[in-house]
Amino acid sequence: MNSKQFKKHLIFLLLLLFTVSCLLTPNAYAFNVKRTALQNGLVVLHSEEHSLPIVMVTLLVKASQLNESKDKAGLANLTAELLLEGTKHRKSTDISEEIEFLGASLDASNSRDYITISLSVLKKDMSKGFELFSDILLNPTFPQHEIERKKELIKGSLKQSEENPSFIAERAFRKEVFGKHPYGRLTEGSAETIDTIKREDLIKFYSDHFLPNNSILSIVGDLTEDELNTFIKRYLDDWKKADLPPRSATGLEEKKTKRVVKIDKDLTQATIILGHIGISRDNPDYYAVSIMNYIFGGGGFSSRLMQSIRDEMGLAYDVDSSFSLNKEKGLFQVEVQTKNDSAELVISEVLKQMERIRKEHVSDEDLSDAKSYLTGSFPRRLDTNRKIADFLAFVEFYNLGLDYIEKYPGYINSITKEDILKVARKYLDPENYVLVVVANQKKAALTY
Amino acid sequence: MKQFRIALIYLILIIPSTLYALDIKEQKLDNGLKVLIVEKHKAPVATFQVWYRTGSRDEPAGKSGLSHLLEHMMFKGTSRYGPSVLSKIIQKSGGTDNAYTTQDYTVYLELFSSDRITLPIDLEADRMQNLTLDPKEMFSERSVVMEERRLRYEDDPQNSLFEEVEAAAYKVHPYQRPVIGWMSDLKSIERDDLYNYYKTHYSPSNAVIVIVGDVKADQIIEHIKILFGDIPPGPLRKNINFSEPEQRGERRVLLRREAELPYLLVAYHAPSFPHEDSYALDVLSLILSGGKSSRLYTSLVYEKKIALDVDSDYDGFNREPYLFFLDATASPGSDIKDVENTLYAEIEKIKKEPPSEREIQKAKNQIEASFIMEQDSIYLEAIKYGIFEMLGDWGLIDRYLEGIRKVTREDIVKVANRYLKEDNRTVGILIPTKEVKSEK
Repeated sequence: MNSKQFKKHLIFLLLLLFTVSCLLTPNAYAFNVKRTALQNGLVVLHSEEHSLPIVMVTLLVKASQLNESKDKAGLANLTAELLLEGTKHRKSTDISEEIEFLGASLDASNSRDYITISLSVLKKDMSKGFELFSDILLNPTFPQHEIERKKELIKGSLKQSEENPSFIAERAFRKEVFGKHPYGRLTEGSAETIDTIKREDLIKFYSDHFLPNNSILSIVGDLTEDELNTFIKRYLDDWKKADLPPRSATGLEEKKTKRVVKIDKDLTQATIILGHIGISRDNPDYYAVSIMNYIFGGGGFSSRLMQSIRDEMGLAYDVDSSFSLNKEKGLFQVEVQTKNDSAELVISEVLKQMERIRKEHVSDEDLSDAKSYLTGSFPRRLDTNRKIADFLAFVEFYNLGLDYIEKYPGYINSITKEDILKVARKYLDPENYVLVVVANQKKAALTY
Repeated sequence: MKQFRIALIYLILIIPSTLYALDIKEQKLDNGLKVLIVEKHKAPVATFQVWYRTGSRDEPAGKSGLSHLLEHMMFKGTSRYGPSVLSKIIQKSGGTDNAYTTQDYTVYLELFSSDRITLPIDLEADRMQNLTLDPKEMFSERSVVMEERRLRYEDDPQNSLFEEVEAAAYKVHPYQRPVIGWMSDLKSIERDDLYNYYKTHYSPSNAVIVIVGDVKADQIIEHIKILFGDIPPGPLRKNINFSEPEQRGERRVLLRREAELPYLLVAYHAPSFPHEDSYALDVLSLILSGGKSSRLYTSLVYEKKIALDVDSDYDGFNREPYLFFLDATASPGSDIKDVENTLYAEIEKIKKEPPSEREIQKAKNQIEASFIMEQDSIYLEAIKYGIFEMLGDWGLIDRYLEGIRKVTREDIVKVANRYLKEDNRTVGILIPTKEVKSEK
């Protein structure tokens, strides 16, 4: 048993960032996080917060589309979805009725890098809530009729998503950027691949990956250490460690060419996505990239793209750029909607801004504003128990260290204008990009 | 809106028994500005919100979208600050700001590290009285709103149907028109329209400030007095009460456009809080669609598999009577007629036989838990107080509690019979037509 005690004083962070000349003295914001590695390999992160009688639980399982084969795309997602559809002790309808009777919520969801099970429950119902949580985690039975039902629902909802131009554009964009890499597919898979998934595939995926030594349990709320230990002993004692299957490589072939995909639909607006491969979360340039992207297109009304395309040109309601945070290299993308006949102009403006940030140093003011926002908004980003529970699991998964909150301002504040220019040149490419446009193509009349 | 509603109800059921007593500090300035402050010291953050009692229902005919366009213009500068600098100032302090417009009110909100809370107070006081409304900025922002309309409505089949149904359900009341405005109305809005509307509706006597978070109420109220206290109260406004005549016969609207799946949206006229039936309608809505174990989900999605999703939505917090909605997306291959008939069959069932005690209890437990959980967020908590203030006074929360507590099995049957009837409904159906081409 190895156990460490961490103490975070956000007050320190605040004093560091702001001059304390305001009306109010900031109150101390400290939350204790205890990290414990159990003998079965499960990492437990626990933070007590007794101001409200609620408990938030997040279990992160390190399994996702990165662990599924191309022809079974959607397997990780379907496995997660079926956890709630039948256990050794309960039918699907019993699970939803029992959890909803408590006014609690219990969900399983799936991201590009991991699966999470989330429980939100009142303190007074914690015992029942944790019992249901452990039942779906440890005893799912994957009933055949529930598998069929869930497959039809997922396929139906994929079909309905095609009413959303943004969905169509992003699906085409991922496919073009990532090719055969798993990130190039929807986490749901496609109607064809979903049909190939069999009950034994689900059982195998579950038993290969849903292991304590492959998981992180994060709990924040009105629960003492003793209470937590009692729950873990009572409900998770049977969860046994096992060897993980070897993971096959998910090789990524980076194409350095410009590619344009046009999809024609009867729409009033063109949905435009422009971008290419980005960086992985563990790239040391991550912090410089965060600031560069904030200035370029990630910073809402403060970003250059928003200032020029929305504020000055009046051509879009929203425009935004992002680097997705993934275990492996993710996406860099700019997304914007504008009326069909402005599409050409908006694309050229996006490219112009990409070139500008690669040519010129950002101003001192832009740099310091971005740093102030990124560091100063941290307390706000952790202002609920649910957000803290998810954040702790995320920090553990990406190996950021539990002192991340203390270190983050230092990481951000060390970045210089030269660093910004360097990463803009390294990670933005205004020549070799993928451009997807979903629009009334006749009206858009693109020359790209 | 459903989440809010659930939360609201439970403010109510809980306070007297299990929760701590809410300590709301209230003050009204001489110019009519009301201020509510709730101290919460869990995290070093605070929200500052200004609620104006004006929304799309207050717009002159032919100028739909005026309230919402003005909301956008509130970010475009004052005599002190140039266009678009407000958000930049807020962001560089680590804060975030936003705004939204409804039929009845318009809200401006900021979220901040609590040691910076004086900044939004200053900015909001400034734009309550000194908005520039520069004509050039106005034209540009009007085209931004048109893009927003294209994004949210024109190119979204289900939202388009919502507009059709709302417009058909009302023939007199301004709830007929969309908050974002009709495209042709947007084109006709001029700078003077905005200016007159701003001068009429944006004043201390027509606003409420709500603050929740890690603040000291005594200090902050002094600061508010300094910055807002000298703003003149604003003109007297005529309080027009619109009244929609009783609907006497089903209305049906069809929408044919490019879409993937048929979609059904049914709207029944229903009373608003604090009408005595509003409480039972709230509980009924949860029995019908509060989760996967609810009646509609179990029947249409789980058992018959004819719908991908189904929902009911009753928002009793409009100023005047609004609508009780039911909606469902057909599964691929299923007939929207079947979906509609099955939905009505479930409604008929609850009109004849009261729900079980466990069903009512489940609805109440859901409401209770959501209320407590939402207190985790200062932002949502502040919004709750604001909504009740817009209905008259945050103290109405108590009355609401009383009403919900009294709901019985028989009340559910009674309100289902009274409102969910054929003559009182407007039915919208989205019929997909489709043609997709792709080139590389």
